[in-house]
Amino acid sequence: MSLLKGATGDWEVVIGLEVHAQISSNAKLFSGAATDFGAEPNTQVSTVDAGMPGMLPTINEYCVEQAVKTGFGLNAEINLYSVFDRKNYFYPDLPQGYQISQFKQPIVGRGHMDIVLPDGSTKRIGVERLHLEQDAGKSVHDQHPDMSYVDLNRSGVALMEIVSDPDMRSADEAAAYVDKMRQIVRYLGTCNGVMAEGSMRADCNVSVRKPGDALGTRCEIKNVNSIRFIKQAIEYEARRQIDVIEDGGTIDQETRLFDTAKGETRSMRSKEEAHDYRYFPDPDLLPLEIDQAWVDHIQANLPELPDAKKQRFMDDFGLSEYDATTLTSDRVSADFYEAVADGRDPKIACNWVTTDLFGFLNKSGKSIDESPVAAKQLGQLIDRIADNTISGRIAKEVFEVMCDTSQDPDAIIEEKGLKQVTDESAITAIVDEVIASAPDKVEQIRAGKDKLLGWFTGQVMKASQGKANPQAVNKILREKILG
Amino acid sequence: MSDLTELSLTEARDALAKGDTTAVELTDAYIGAMAQAGDLNAFITETPEIARDMAKASDARRAEGKAGAMEGLPLGIKDLFCTKDVLTTAASHILDGFKPPYESTVTTNLWRDGAVMLGKLNLDEFAMGSSNETSFYGNVVNPWRKGNGEAALVPGGSSGGSATAVSARLAVAATGTDTGGSIRQPAAFTGIVGMKPTYGRCSRFGVVAFASSLDQAGPMTRTVRDAAVMLGSMAGFDPKDSTSVDMAVPDFEAALTGDIRGMKIGIPQEYRIDGTPAEIDALWRQGEQWLKDAGAEIVPISLAYTKYALPTYYIVAPAEASSNLARYDGMRFGLRVEGENLTDTYESTRAQGFGHEVQKRVMIGTYVLSAGYYDAYYLKAQKIRTLIQQDFDQAFQQVDAILTPTAPSAAFAAGEKSGDPIAMYLNDVFTVPASLAGLPGISVPAGMSDDGLPLGLQILGRPFDEETVFKVGAVLEDASGFNGKADKWWVK
Repeated sequence: MSLLKGATGDWEVVIGLEVHAQISSNAKLFSGAATDFGAEPNTQVSTVDAGMPGMLPTINEYCVEQAVKTGFGLNAEINLYSVFDRKNYFYPDLPQGYQISQFKQPIVGRGHMDIVLPDGSTKRIGVERLHLEQDAGKSVHDQHPDMSYVDLNRSGVALMEIVSDPDMRSADEAAAYVDKMRQIVRYLGTCNGVMAEGSMRADCNVSVRKPGDALGTRCEIKNVNSIRFIKQAIEYEARRQIDVIEDGGTIDQETRLFDTAKGETRSMRSKEEAHDYRYFPDPDLLPLEIDQAWVDHIQANLPELPDAKKQRFMDDFGLSEYDATTLTSDRVSADFYEAVADGRDPKIACNWVTTDLFGFLNKSGKSIDESPVAAKQLGQLIDRIADNTISGRIAKEVFEVMCDTSQDPDAIIEEKGLKQVTDESAITAIVDEVIASAPDKVEQIRAGKDKLLGWFTGQVMKASQGKANPQAVNKILREKILG
Repeated sequence: MSDLTELSLTEARDALAKGDTTAVELTDAYIGAMAQAGDLNAFITETPEIARDMAKASDARRAEGKAGAMEGLPLGIKDLFCTKDVLTTAASHILDGFKPPYESTVTTNLWRDGAVMLGKLNLDEFAMGSSNETSFYGNVVNPWRKGNGEAALVPGGSSGGSATAVSARLAVAATGTDTGGSIRQPAAFTGIVGMKPTYGRCSRFGVVAFASSLDQAGPMTRTVRDAAVMLGSMAGFDPKDSTSVDMAVPDFEAALTGDIRGMKIGIPQEYRIDGTPAEIDALWRQGEQWLKDAGAEIVPISLAYTKYALPTYYIVAPAEASSNLARYDGMRFGLRVEGENLTDTYESTRAQGFGHEVQKRVMIGTYVLSAGYYDAYYLKAQKIRTLIQQDFDQAFQQVDAILTPTAPSAAFAAGEKSGDPIAMYLNDVFTVPASLAGLPGISVPAGMSDDGLPLGLQILGRPFDEETVFKVGAVLEDASGFNGKADKWWVK
């Protein structure tokens, strides 16, 4: 258990998260308008999203399917009957004057997710519910000295709000939870998980207590939009609460925001100032009833989830947990690896992907989607080592060129004349030359200084510009020198 | 032909079909009548140019043999229906200058079938009212007057403009909307037929919302047959309204067989309310007799929760309205009153943009949904609503239709009840229960009050059994022989 030290002893921090994940869908939750990120302001807005008189919401079935899929990803109960409610409040970026959400009867009920802690152990975090709701628009306050602008492109975009139990006990656990959530929704294709675009954001409920005590009063930090900020915000907030309590104060239940520039949380509104949202069932929408056969069909067609894939990589490919975790961190990497490993030595494939490819991608700041080397090409390169066309060392050179040019390895080998020399007579000729140039060293080896053999190998490889087959070189050297 | 505006919808339809008149002639006759009826204040926006263009196009279609079910028939449209590029106000200051870039599904259906738009009709602001005295555009006047009196009477509400327009021959028929009686009560007050179909029968898409779980569009016409034809055009499943029902629309006109022999008609005992005028009670008994004479069996029934219907309605409807009207915030369309800051702008816009009745209902609705009051008011009202529905379900196991008065009085004078909200709300006492249960109901003019004002009787039916409602309504209409119309005192 990770505890925080205070003047009066150790403190335990208790964290629950509400993750808002934008559903990957071409259309909004209740209108046919598009959802492209970065479009010109107010170009992705239907009359429904703009709250025009007489306009009515109609549910987008695809978004419901995405929520159900995500429910399965969270090992959760799927509710065949759920209800949309209106959450009423006034704000210019909320055109209807209410947000359509699910309050008492969400589409997905209890579930859980297993996270891996920094020490390698696993912890189960409870998920209380997942519900569907629509996003609000965006208010822009910095474009005009005394006016605000409103962009309704996001208005009506489908969100999943996923509420955890207060099961996390450190900022690291919270970070691991969000990371895992992100991994799952990306595997499922239900949310792109791009936090920088606001596709995923979290409200963090934080309280502190002395170990064994009842739960403390919590504060909710709204809308934190990166894993790094989530950690910072929680760490700051926990420390702030400990300081307040240790100074004899009490924590007020309130909503706070995280100032990313200053790295601190600030009060937004107190419990007394909290809105009375006047939730009630939306009379424009009938209760959402889905049938078991449809749900079963969705379940039957789920992609393999990260935990299962990781286990399979360990079982079927004999990979270490570390390598399997790395490769399954996202679906594209896992798919890439599987394509490379197909019909080849899985461990060699793993080394190339995790060490060489990921190393290059890291260094050049690219994601796996942007890899200049295709899985098929990397597989071909491995094949050329296996069939002795090139040595492992030459392969590294070829790989570098592949990273630069995206060419096929065969083309590079051909173009640069890197094909390995396996013709023993040609190698023998070079070996003879090298031996003749260093008779003293030959004597030393014969006197027992075996290590010098390596020097000869190096010289021969150098003379052949690396193209000589190293095994053949060694074999011939040994024959010539040691007889 | 003498006066084309005297033709009912189906008579005009038949005259057009026979070539006795044209859509242009008929439309011109109505445009002429409208021009003389300013004193009635039935229209908020008249659209004679649009009407003439539509009429011409209609005659052209007919010439090509492509006449629809409503071909060439000039209609008034309650100004709660959004009409593309035509001012749509909901009779509220807050929708100043609002021209929607879309058309409601109901009006789209009517235009599809060839109907012609004469203009947008006055109503109570956001359809909140029972006397058409809450419109920002002024009161609508009932064409009927008491005896020889000259005092202005209300046409009922909220579809007061629609009722007056049809009654005063300013439109062959009109669209209305009914949330708690807004089609049926004004129909009764003006001596016309008003039909509220089953909730879900007509699309609400493009109809400015008052209370979403109750609002339903319907026809207001001179005869039951007219209503049957017009509803056939208005109704139908609409994927743009999740609460519209995917059921085939029957041929309602074909249901008008006149044969109700063996049918069981329920008389709810709880609708005999203390203080109901004797003339209303007498008309109700007369209605019973007419239906019995036509071969129906009269069955006393009990609708035990009736007395809770009005309070339930006045919790549910304002609750939904308080949320539905939140979008009128001065930000994107309509009126904006600039304030010191955002909150001030909201408050000033809504304070000036909404009239008193609307403000009152928004406040009631906000209150009943508030934390700490929700369970006591809104939730309890929803439970009672379910009980009221169950009352009707049980009743309809015994009977095929239910007969009641439409309203507890004839039309009253302007100002007579506007200071007494309870008296005003009591106008809806006979119409609200069916609204809460989502049932179809029709008001048919059946007699006259002692003061010489029209009175209506109401027929309620099972969900989606408008056919029985029309059938029984037509028998009642026939038996009553009602053919009264107001003197055209407004024509100078």
